Parts: sequence; C-alpha cells; structure tokens
Amino acid sequence: MKELFPRKQVMGFVFSLVLTIVALLVYFLDMSFAVGMTVLLLTAFTQAGLQLIVFMHAGESEDKGTIYLNIYYGVIIALLTVFGTLLAMIWGYV
Amino acid sequence: MDFFDRFAIPHPSPVIYASMVAITLTLVAIVAGVTYTKKWGYLWREWLTTVDHKRIGMMYLISALLMLFRGGADAIMMRAQTALPENTLLDSQHYNEIFTTHGVVMIIFMAMAFIMALMNFVVPLQIGARDVAFPRLNALSFWLYFWGAMLFNISFVIGGSPDAGWTSYFPLAGNEFSQSVGTNYYMIAIQIAGLGTLITGINFIVTILKMRAPGMTLMKMPMFTWSALITNLIIVFAFPVLTVALAMGTIDRLFGGNFFTTTDGGMDMLWANLFWVWGHPEVYILILPAFGIYSEIIPTFARRNLYGYKSMVASIVLISVLSFVVWVHHFFTMGQGAMVNSIFSITTMAIAIPTGIKIFNWLFTLWKGKITITVPMLYSLGFIPIFTIGGVTGVMLGMSAADYQYHNTMFLVAHFHLVIIPGVVFAMLAGLTYWWPKMFGFMLNERIGKLSFWLISIGTCVAFFPMFISGLDGQARRMYTYSEATGFGIWNMLSFVGAIMLAAGFVTIVYNIYYSTRYASRDIGSDPWDARSLEWATHTPVPDYNFAITPQVNSSEAFWDSKKNGHKLFSGEYKEIHMPNNSGVPFIMSAIFFVLGFSLVFSIWVLAVIALLGIFACLAHRSFEQDHGYHIPVEEVKETEEKLGGAR
Repeated sequence: MKELFPRKQVMGFVFSLVLTIVALLVYFLDMSFAVGMTVLLLTAFTQAGLQLIVFMHAGESEDKGTIYLNIYYGVIIALLTVFGTLLAMIWGYV
Repeated sequence: MDFFDRFAIPHPSPVIYASMVAITLTLVAIVAGVTYTKKWGYLWREWLTTVDHKRIGMMYLISALLMLFRGGADAIMMRAQTALPENTLLDSQHYNEIFTTHGVVMIIFMAMAFIMALMNFVVPLQIGARDVAFPRLNALSFWLYFWGAMLFNISFVIGGSPDAGWTSYFPLAGNEFSQSVGTNYYMIAIQIAGLGTLITGINFIVTILKMRAPGMTLMKMPMFTWSALITNLIIVFAFPVLTVALAMGTIDRLFGGNFFTTTDGGMDMLWANLFWVWGHPEVYILILPAFGIYSEIIPTFARRNLYGYKSMVASIVLISVLSFVVWVHHFFTMGQGAMVNSIFSITTMAIAIPTGIKIFNWLFTLWKGKITITVPMLYSLGFIPIFTIGGVTGVMLGMSAADYQYHNTMFLVAHFHLVIIPGVVFAMLAGLTYWWPKMFGFMLNERIGKLSFWLISIGTCVAFFPMFISGLDGQARRMYTYSEATGFGIWNMLSFVGAIMLAAGFVTIVYNIYYSTRYASRDIGSDPWDARSLEWATHTPVPDYNFAITPQVNSSEAFWDSKKNGHKLFSGEYKEIHMPNNSGVPFIMSAIFFVLGFSLVFSIWVLAVIALLGIFACLAHRSFEQDHGYHIPVEEVKETEEKLGGAR
C-alpha cells in the first residue's frame, strides 16, 4: 500500500496550493510594491520549478541530465536578456 | 482610406507594373505546364505532402536559390542606382523598399532556408537516423516558411513593400511614419516563417539528442551535426524574442497598441533592443552551420582528420553563450552610458577568441595535409582570408568609442557583407557542391564551378572593399543618392562592377546546374569525394529509409574508419522498417496561414477569423487522427538494397 500512495505528488500538490495562497495574499494584504513583487517573483519561480520537477517528471527519465542542462541554459539566457535589457534601456541610460 | 485603395501600390512605377505582369505570366505558365504534363498528382503525392527529410531539404534548397535571385536582383538595382552620383534610376521610396526587402529576403528567406536545406538533408544521414524525430512537423516547418516567404514577396505588387529597413526600427516603422501596409507585411510574414524556424529548432534538437546511431556519443558526432545542434539550441532560445517583438509591433500597427510609440508610455527603442536580442544570436544561427560545413569539407580534401575536435566543440558552445550577451553593440550610439557600452564592447571582442580558435584549427588541419583543390575546398579556402577581413573590421566596429565614427556608414555595410558572404553564401555553395552528388546522383561540373568561385570571390572583394573607404569618408548607408562633390562616385561605381561580377557568378552556377544535369556522368558511386562521415555510407540515391541496417559508430569519422581501419559499420539482418505516412495537412494549414497573414496585413477581419478557424480545424484534425505510419517489409528492403548495389 505504501508504494502505491503517490506521496511525493500529494505533498507537491499541497505545497503548490500553499504557494498559490501566499501569492494571493499580495492582493488581500496591504504591502508595499517592492515587497509584493518580491513575493510574487519568488512564489512564481518556485511554483514553476515544482511543476517541472514533480508533475512534469523532469528528473525521472534517463536523459534527465540533458533536460536539466536545457532548463539551466534557458534560465541563464532569460536572465541575461532581462537584466541586459534593463541595463541598456534603464539603468545605464543617460 | 477606401477598402480597395489599400491594395494599390502607394508608389507605382513601370518596373512594378512589369513585375505584376511577369508574376502573373509565371504563375499561369507554371499552372499550365503542370496541367499539360499531367503532373498534379505526382506533385501532390511526392512533394507537397512529403514528410521525407531529404525531399523537404531539396524543397528548401530550391526556395533558397529562388530567394537568392530575388534578393540579388534587389542588390543589383541598389548598386546600379548608386553607381553614379545623382542617378535617377530609382527614387528614394523605391530605394527604401528595395534595401528593406533585400535584407529581409537574404537573411530570413535565403540564408535561413539554405541552412535548413542542408541541415534537413544531411543531419539525419550523418547520425544514422531514418528521418527527423517529428517528420510531419518538419513538413509544417517548411510550408510555414514557404508561405511566409510568398506573403512577403507579393508585397511589392499588392499594397507596397516595407520600407523601414530590414531592422524596421520604430518609430519609423510605426503607423505615424509608415502608413502603407508594407510594414504589416514585414511583421506578419516574418512571424509565419519564424514559427516554422522555431518548430525546426525543437525538431532537430530532439533528433540529434535522441536518434543517433548506437555508439555515437555526443563527442563522436560529426562536426556539422554538432554545429546543427548548437544552431538549433540558439534558435529555440532566440526566436521567441523575435516572436514577441513582432507580435508587439503587430499590435501597435493593427490594434492601436503603444509598445513602441513615442507617446502614451511607449518606448520606441525597446524595439531595437528586442530586435537585436534576437538579431545577434541570429547572426550565429547563420554562421555556425557554415562553420560546420567547412569542418566537414576541409578534412575531406586535406585528407586529414579535423584538428582539435574538442576545442572546436568547446568554441561553438562558447560562441552560442556569448552570442546572447553582445546585442547592444548594434546600437552603441542610441544613448546608453559609457559603462553599458564598455560591457558590451568587451563581450563583443571576446567572441573573436573562440572564432579565432576555429580559424587556427582549420589552418592546422590544412597544414601538412594532402590538399586537393575541388570546388567545395576552394570556397573553404577562400572563406578564411575574406572572412577574417570581415571579422577584424567587426572587432573595429565593436569598440564602442570608435563606433561613433563608423556606425551607420558604408563601412558597416562592407563589414557585415564581408562576414556574411564568405561565412554563409560561400559555405552554402560549398555545401551545395559537396552534397550535391548525394542529393541528385551526379556531380556539378568542376570547371564551371571554379569559374563561379572566382567570379563570386573576386566580385565580393570588388563590391565591398570600396565601401570601407567611402564609409570612412562619410557615406551613410541607405542613402539613395549623393552629390558629385562628395567624391563617393568612384567607389560606388567599383561596387557596381563587383555586383555585376557576383551576378555573373550566380548565373554560372545556374548554368552549371543545367549543364551538369544534362551531361554529367551518373556513374559516380555513393562516395565520390572519398569522404569521412556517415552520410556517404548509404547508397546514392538515398533510399526512403536512409540505412537498411542501422550503422554502428566508433568515432566521429565512422565511415572513414570502415574504409581504412576495418571498422564494421553494418552488421545484422534486414528488419522490417517503420516509416511515417505522408500528409497534406501541413501544406493546407500553412496555406491557411498565408490567408490569415494576408487578411491581417489588410485588416480584413472576417477573413482572418475564418482562416483562424481553419487553422484550429487542422490542429483538431491532427489531434484526433489515428496515424501509425507504415512498414516496409523485409523483402522490399532486400530488393531495394540489391537494386542499389547491395549492402556493404
């Protein structure tokens, strides 16, 4: 019975519900823009990672190395693009 | 504007009316010709519905060559207009439209298609696979590209071509300054073709990662396959940015959005930023497959294995990362501070390091090699010096302080043509000549091929070296004319002469294809160049299933090892082969995309909604379709193999 119970998935589901509720709190509680955005960004990225790993089985096949490498590469490129754009268009703009 | 006024050319001239007549006549001739020879069934069964990577590759090739001549005609017109000071061959509006379409057609519809052609044909063969991972998606990629290209190409006879440059910077490309539908064509046609490219990217990554022959680890892949893998990785990460930017531009132009406007909170420079976030990786999408092709050709004709395989792999991986962190060098003068410009200057110059590693590796491969000068080898050898000149001037442009002098002048135009022509066009012509016998079963004539090479390479130098000088003297790019007192006349006349030589070179290539089709020997075997990688291990013509028995691989040059070192490539019995079915849906769906694009360009909303429903119907059809492919029985495989000369 113990092997049949999808413990990891249930825990993941509960955790993702918690993350959703925390994100919702930004709307219901009165907090500053900076705090609100921080909470949203953190919960959003944790949520995305959770979905990829627990529910989309990113780490469960034999080519998990390739999958993770692709994800890391994508994340790096996305961060470089976003922060590079901010740098060129706003922070470093005279 | 009245409904029908939108379809009129805003700025007509006799040349455009002549093109209208020519296009109509060509279409009538094609339809009549196919009907007369009763080839409609053949065309539909064997080509329009095919999912075979080899045939899709050939269709890409034909489209790329057609687009080469379309873009080449634009180039000749531009050079003819500027050959003399105050020339009146074209007026400023036509000149704008022509340099815009020249850029878009050459990059998106010629170079990309040429790369797709060779990747499609070669990569599955090189890794010993039966086809790509998703054959039907592959057909969809091609047809999306094809119909996107067609949509873009009708712009100059219906509604007017885009005229804001191939970079289409806002606010110039916005509704305020570009009122004709031209820029709508740009936004939507590139979007459709870009979808196809993105699908190809995913398709080839999966193919290369999952479908390699047994024994072929990543570090035993042939160099062209490596470059294809990295290219497609860049495609998957760079093209979404273009998709988003084009969608935002479309919303601005068609639905009154304010992403790139100068008012209402819009940020016009964000277009330039997003365009180059895609645009710079795009440069490497073009150049890396070329590097791969040279890395196949140089060892073959130097009769040595590639020098520094591991450093070659490391350098393309490094280039792929660096290509994403240099884009600001395309707009150093737009107002960023010295800090930002310095960062991007340094990353830009850093790219010269992995590129330099590759150049030296090729030189070391040549060193002490037994070099045979064939046409593909000539292009590869010609590439090295010309590309280096283009590359070094690129490093000059990369220094942001100096860039204030060079930017937006003919110096820049000279630089990127001297990189892209040897880097992409030479490579594609080399690859075309090299893989031609595998594709079509005969070789292109070497004598005519050498003539083409000399015409094209000397033409390139004559056409673009003078631009360095006129650019440093202050001739801005995209100027449709200039006064005699500027002294630019002589340099532009020289450029025009070079352009004529280039055109002559391309005409000799067409003649070569005609001549060789008629007269070349068909008795060339399956390995006419004595080459090294797996695509030469199968028969010519390549059977539908590529390899009757899946090859066993021991090194990056498995075929060479099987010829010289007694490696056994094929062992085991013939087995039943599972193949994908043909399908007409990709063709039909992409044609509906064309209708959707056309109706969006002209804001015909009812038709757009109908077309969109049609696309969803095609998607639904695919979701509920039961298609398990078909099996080629063992007897049939045996028969084909015996007919083609038996398995080795």
